[in-house]
Amino acid sequence: MILYVISVGLSVTMGLMGFINLAHGVFAMAGGYVFATALGRLGVPFPLALVLAFVSVALASVVLERLLYSRLYGAGELAQVLFTIGLIFVAAAVARMIYGTLAPPVFLPEYMKGEVDIAGRGFPTYRVFLIVFSAALIAALWFGVERTRWGAMVRAAVDNRGMAQSVGIDTRQLFTLTFALGSGLAGLGGALGADIIPVQWSYPFEHLVYFLIVVAVGGLGSLRGPFVAALLIGIADTACKYWIPELGAFLIYAATIAILLWRPQGLFGARA
Amino acid sequence: MDAVLETRSLCKSFGALTVAQNIDFRLRPGERHALIGPNGAGKTTFVNMLMGALRPSSGRILLGGDDVTRAPQAQRVKRGLGRTFQINSLFRNLPVLDNVALAVAERRRIALRMWRAAGSYKEIIEESTQLLATLGLAGDLTTPIVDLPYGKQRLVEIAIALGLRPRVLLLDEPAAGVPSAEAERILQLLEKLPPEIAILIIEHDMDLVFRFARRITVLVQGEVLLEGTPQEVARDRRVHDVYLGEQHHG
Amino acid sequence: MMHGGGYTVDARIRWPEWLPWIAALAGFFLLPEYLSLGARILIYILFALSLDLILGYAGIITLGHSAFFGLGAYVAGIVSAKLGITDAFVQMAAAAAAAGLLGALTGAVILRTRALTLLMLTLAITSIILEIANKATWLTGGADGLSGVVVAPILGAFRFDLFGRTAFLYCLAVLFLGWLLARRLIYSPFGAMLTGIRENTQRMHAIGAPVYWRLVGVYTLSAVMAGVAGALLTQTNQFVGLNVLGFEPSGELLVMLILGGVGRLYGAFIGPVAYLIAQDLLAKQFPEYWYLGIGLLLVAVVLFARGGILGLIDKWMPFSKPAASAKASAR
Repeated sequence: MILYVISVGLSVTMGLMGFINLAHGVFAMAGGYVFATALGRLGVPFPLALVLAFVSVALASVVLERLLYSRLYGAGELAQVLFTIGLIFVAAAVARMIYGTLAPPVFLPEYMKGEVDIAGRGFPTYRVFLIVFSAALIAALWFGVERTRWGAMVRAAVDNRGMAQSVGIDTRQLFTLTFALGSGLAGLGGALGADIIPVQWSYPFEHLVYFLIVVAVGGLGSLRGPFVAALLIGIADTACKYWIPELGAFLIYAATIAILLWRPQGLFGARA
Repeated sequence: MDAVLETRSLCKSFGALTVAQNIDFRLRPGERHALIGPNGAGKTTFVNMLMGALRPSSGRILLGGDDVTRAPQAQRVKRGLGRTFQINSLFRNLPVLDNVALAVAERRRIALRMWRAAGSYKEIIEESTQLLATLGLAGDLTTPIVDLPYGKQRLVEIAIALGLRPRVLLLDEPAAGVPSAEAERILQLLEKLPPEIAILIIEHDMDLVFRFARRITVLVQGEVLLEGTPQEVARDRRVHDVYLGEQHHG
Repeated sequence: MMHGGGYTVDARIRWPEWLPWIAALAGFFLLPEYLSLGARILIYILFALSLDLILGYAGIITLGHSAFFGLGAYVAGIVSAKLGITDAFVQMAAAAAAAGLLGALTGAVILRTRALTLLMLTLAITSIILEIANKATWLTGGADGLSGVVVAPILGAFRFDLFGRTAFLYCLAVLFLGWLLARRLIYSPFGAMLTGIRENTQRMHAIGAPVYWRLVGVYTLSAVMAGVAGALLTQTNQFVGLNVLGFEPSGELLVMLILGGVGRLYGAFIGPVAYLIAQDLLAKQFPEYWYLGIGLLLVAVVLFARGGILGLIDKWMPFSKPAASAKASAR
């Protein structure tokens, strides 16, 4: 589910702006670091730390977008791929310089530890919280996209940027906002997942494949797509590791290839 | 006389939107045929289906008597179908000569040769040069397309198609976007095209159509309204109402 | 922007093109302590050449080229360590065949897609190979890597020595052959056709080029070349580990090629030289700064100097344009 929160922003960004942002994991990592630092060193309470992760990453992404990303909007896929790889390198190096090579410890508040009793079985509280929170987030996102004016504008712009512009929608601002939202979500995801997926400097490298899989399989520009994809991956991953540990991640990759060949635009993506 | 290009009940729909309905079309060898119709009538869609860039929803396409409905574009080209694009589709950063040479090389089946340098294939270079010379472009051989005026680019577009030595040539608005002085040049070029080639031309410029075509098909909202000689089309009331009425033709 | 190739250029080898080889030989005699780095550079030049064929000329963006490199490396190693075959050429041939087969199969499958999907698939494929190498410990040595690779003296006479002299010359010879073949390819009608595909795929279809099959063809060739480069790596190190697979070597290679200049044949030479020498000098001393520096450099190159080092050289010192043989024949 964390995978979803992180990746949904990427799906929208890539679908909306047509920009191949491999560095999305960087935002997740940043969120994780902020979160862990806030919780641990600064003693900020849990909910506030989450908000902090979201907001700080979103703001940082606005700066990045205005300064750097926007120069490359029409530049072609290769340039975008290279640029974002460069960003990953820079961010990873900076992370390593500031935080060293170990993952910062995440001090979950007491009420998040332990187990919760649901229907007679005990589930780890934090996991339950994650699932509930993600569900709420999805609902909020869905509401935001399907019901609000902002959402309508985003959908219009994803569908046909030229038309949207001629109707008077300021796509530049929309891009920046959406990018900020997507990146903020990534940061939030990184923060939420910090306990389960350790945040260290190599984070964007290691998990790049997974983010891309979720987005590519789910379909660019859709919200449901990455959700389903993340779900599938989560299930497949757990099932595989449980039943056939020798295969490891092999099955996920094979499944990705199969799905992408069958439907190159992803499960829910718009036909290019 | 057998048709060199033919469609039977050709249909195309995108979901609920039907862009082509039961189009029956026949093009005889050496014929000069024009396809006209208001904007959005489905003319370019039709050409795309003929070329194989777009798959029809139903119906058949026959080239030289062979069913090519499912054949990929490359195969149809090999069997003698060539086209020009409404908006120039050239190799913009390459010199004029290369643009044509690539087509000639494909036709002569040397595009897969990997050992000798391209420039050493004199036959290709000479054929391309001669072809360009007949179009008045002999002085621009090494000029990159981006540096050419639009009218000349349009000529290169035609040159590439001619380099394929097609049996059938589909010209999608060859004079589009060209200033009227140059358009005259293009028309003269069209009139001098080899008589063996069957030509289907899509055009909005009625002067060009009536000077060039011997038969005209009128396409309206994806359906054939009328097919006949220029005189028949000019006289037809329905054509006037639907299409020619938009322009104040005498 | 077409550098090299086409119907209007003179394909004869111009004198500056001999410089890299002279430089390599000079390095061999003058810098004997750096021969192992030198061999590594030569291998990566070959690897970069293979990527430039599909990236610079055919326009296929891939992050999975390490799959062919790594497969070639492992096959060469396995043929030696597990099957006991020590002849260098047999090992290389096996690597080339395996990589070519993978290239043909995967190419046929994924080249129907484009852009992000294609990128994704290339990444997935190299990740799968990495996983397999990781898990199949009995075959590949898993995370510990495969040692015990033995290469018999080349042509029966040249033994691999401790100083890396044989290794260097061996790699140089193979690279020379690879370069000759690549250069021939680029200047041939096939090369012109590839450029056509990159420049305007729609037009290529309309002149009767079965684009898909052509791309599969060049992808396979590129895979073979990358596989040979991988085999060289195993043979010169007598070892192969997991670091030849996955995103990192692909990403690094991409950086090297961009640095040198994409689609320019010699970008594949300059890029690895610049990158690996810089890495050798700097990365040992300041590992954190290495990634930072490369990252910043990459961002700067993309924003300001898209053509890489060769692009910059072009701006400041334009070399004379190649003779137009077409003009001569038109008279």
